[in-house]
Amino acid sequence: MTDLATNPAAAREIDRSQMQVSDEVAIEISGMNKWYGSFHVLRDIDLTVYRGERIVICGPSGSGKSTLIRCINRLEEHQAGRIVVDGTELSSDLKNIDKIRSEVGMCFQHFNLFPHLTILENCTLAPIWVRKTPKREAEEVAMHFLEKVKIPEQAHKYPGQLSGGQQQRVAIARSLCMKPRIMLFDEPTSALDPEMIKEVLDTMIELAEEGMTMLCVTHEMGFARQVANRVIFMDQGQIVEQNEPEEFFKNPKSDRTKLFLSQILGH
Amino acid sequence: MSDTHSQTVSYVRETMLPQAEPPVSNRGAILWLRENLFSGWFNIVLTLVSLYVIYWALAHTLPWVVSGIWNAGSLSECREIRDATLGEGASAACWAVLVDRWQQLMFGFYPSELYWRPVLALVIFLAAIAPVLFAQVPRGALWFTAVSPFVMFWLLWGGSAWFPVAVALGFVLGWAAWRALAPMAGTLVAAIVSAALPIVYWFYTAGPLARELEQVVGIGIEYVPSQDFGGFMLSFIIGIAAIILSLPLGILLALGRQSDLFIINKVSVGFIEIIRGVPLIVWLFTASLLLNYFLPPGTNFDLMLRVIIMVTLFAAAYIAEVVRGGLAALPKGQYEGADSLGLSYWQSMRLIILPQALKISIPGIVNTFIGLFKDTTLVVFIGLFDPIGLSNAIRATTEWNGIYWELFVFIGLLFFICCFSMSRYSLYLEKKLQRGHK
Ligand SMILES: Nc1ncnc2c1ncn2[C@@H]1O[C@H](COP(=O)(O)OP(=O)(O)OP(=O)(O)O)[C@@H](O)[C@H]1O
Ligand SMILES: [Mg+2]
Repeated sequence: MTDLATNPAAAREIDRSQMQVSDEVAIEISGMNKWYGSFHVLRDIDLTVYRGERIVICGPSGSGKSTLIRCINRLEEHQAGRIVVDGTELSSDLKNIDKIRSEVGMCFQHFNLFPHLTILENCTLAPIWVRKTPKREAEEVAMHFLEKVKIPEQAHKYPGQLSGGQQQRVAIARSLCMKPRIMLFDEPTSALDPEMIKEVLDTMIELAEEGMTMLCVTHEMGFARQVANRVIFMDQGQIVEQNEPEEFFKNPKSDRTKLFLSQILGH
Repeated sequence: MSDTHSQTVSYVRETMLPQAEPPVSNRGAILWLRENLFSGWFNIVLTLVSLYVIYWALAHTLPWVVSGIWNAGSLSECREIRDATLGEGASAACWAVLVDRWQQLMFGFYPSELYWRPVLALVIFLAAIAPVLFAQVPRGALWFTAVSPFVMFWLLWGGSAWFPVAVALGFVLGWAAWRALAPMAGTLVAAIVSAALPIVYWFYTAGPLARELEQVVGIGIEYVPSQDFGGFMLSFIIGIAAIILSLPLGILLALGRQSDLFIINKVSVGFIEIIRGVPLIVWLFTASLLLNYFLPPGTNFDLMLRVIIMVTLFAAAYIAEVVRGGLAALPKGQYEGADSLGLSYWQSMRLIILPQALKISIPGIVNTFIGLFKDTTLVVFIGLFDPIGLSNAIRATTEWNGIYWELFVFIGLLFFICCFSMSRYSLYLEKKLQRGHK
């Protein structure tokens, strides 16, 4: 089963020179609980993410992975415990929420680009309206990041005219235009065809190489192997196990992890 | 065809033949006719029956329209001319009534020497909506659009120019309050104050202020009271004002109905359901009879303004539901995409959600507007002289006693032109907004 894990979609050497984890805390979650009505989705989550860390979160469907990372930028509200992002605690204070959201980028499974705006407008919208960047400057920054994700020539098209992989790369570029300090990914590749998965993963690997703090919900175990410095396994709303990728894949401790890994890698 | 190869090979085609047209029986009008009208005995029967129905209808109406009489001073004169020229009892319309009374149908009892004022107001209106309707018009023209309602108001009703200026000041006041309060007191407080301040100002200060200013420097044109307004002018004023005012109000109500804030949500739902659940005619009677009781004593609120407010509220409730449909049709991801970028609620609504939701809602919104415009004819029941009211008035005169069809055809035609233009514009807009996305 580890065979497949060592056979990643993007099999290239990773430049680890910038990928250092500092001891500065980027996200601190302690004793966090969340309910949907009477359904207890997240139970006593404790998680500290250091700046520069690349964390992959995996687990069976419905285990609360999406809910967890959506709590970090308050797309979902938690009911107990504390979440501190970049030194700001998430509370019902709208000012804090908007501040955190503008510092934390997020990529979704279905991209969530704005179909009525061009690619360039998608990328400049938030810098112009939230950061109050002058339009010219915002466009320059946007073009820079579109070049980085290798689709500058699509800048004046609409999202509907792009392939899924291209759309997801635009979504990444759109988040990067806000110069976020943390990036969240919620299954960014699970709606894509295999070739497109590779191009998106390549982009994410590049981001990791530059030292971005990343939390990715993904089932791309190759990516986890290559890039992550920590893999977190969730089940039934709890963090069951976390470890360095080598260890995690070789010697999973709990039975649930073993079962999950055998299912995901052995199909 | 291929001489070079003819000795060695029996047949080789060297060039592709140009595409030839299909035979006559298989192309153009004939093909279309065969495929659409005569493809099978059932279709043939249907086609023949339809042709006969069309013929029958035209045979009965066309002579009436075409041989209509245009020059006569009264219905009886019309009949005399008809009997003399076309023969006793022939079918002929008496269009002379339109020649004689078109000014009334258009302007009601507006003083005829002042007709230029509503006409000029209409021209200003058309110029003012151009930048809103068509993106090709320079954006700077929007300033003209912002000022135009006050100019149009002044042109239509006349009186002191200071009055519309004083009313406009209320908007400036609200805007200033917003700019001053929003950064320090928070959005909610700022919104409440900047809405309440102008209202108080309009009720208590605007009138006296205008009178004071008029005393100092008098700039006025002849005042025309609302009672003199009538005909299509009245329909247009009520219809256009209500259309323009109901759209933003309807959008706010739709957003309110989606809101998590308990009070705002319940107020919106209550408003929409109550307004929508009662016939417009009842609201119009309310406007004409009851509304005065709710207003501060001493304010004599013009009946036409009251009607405009009622029609606006009524249309807004419908618009709100149409827009809510558009909002609900947007995938949740759009809201989350906007949120995750740190856009504030109003920013995400204005930049992301509403442009898409409104685009989806265009057919429904225009549908509501068309209904609203035609419903302005209901004001006849509270004593305003809309075109229907005027047709009754015209029929009440001795000259035109007993004339129905000609007036109704004319009124119907004008309404049709307006409504059809709106429907065409909505198609144009939908096409224009049809972007690369699904
Ligand atoms: N808005 C909601 N209301 C009620 N229950 C919800 C809601 N959203 C999610 N849930 C439930 O919470 C649980 C966790 O959902 P979540 O989306 O976090 O799972 P996940 O681990 O991301 O799963 P997947 O791999 O399928 O994306 C699921 O059982 C789901 O049914
Ligand atoms: Mg999920």
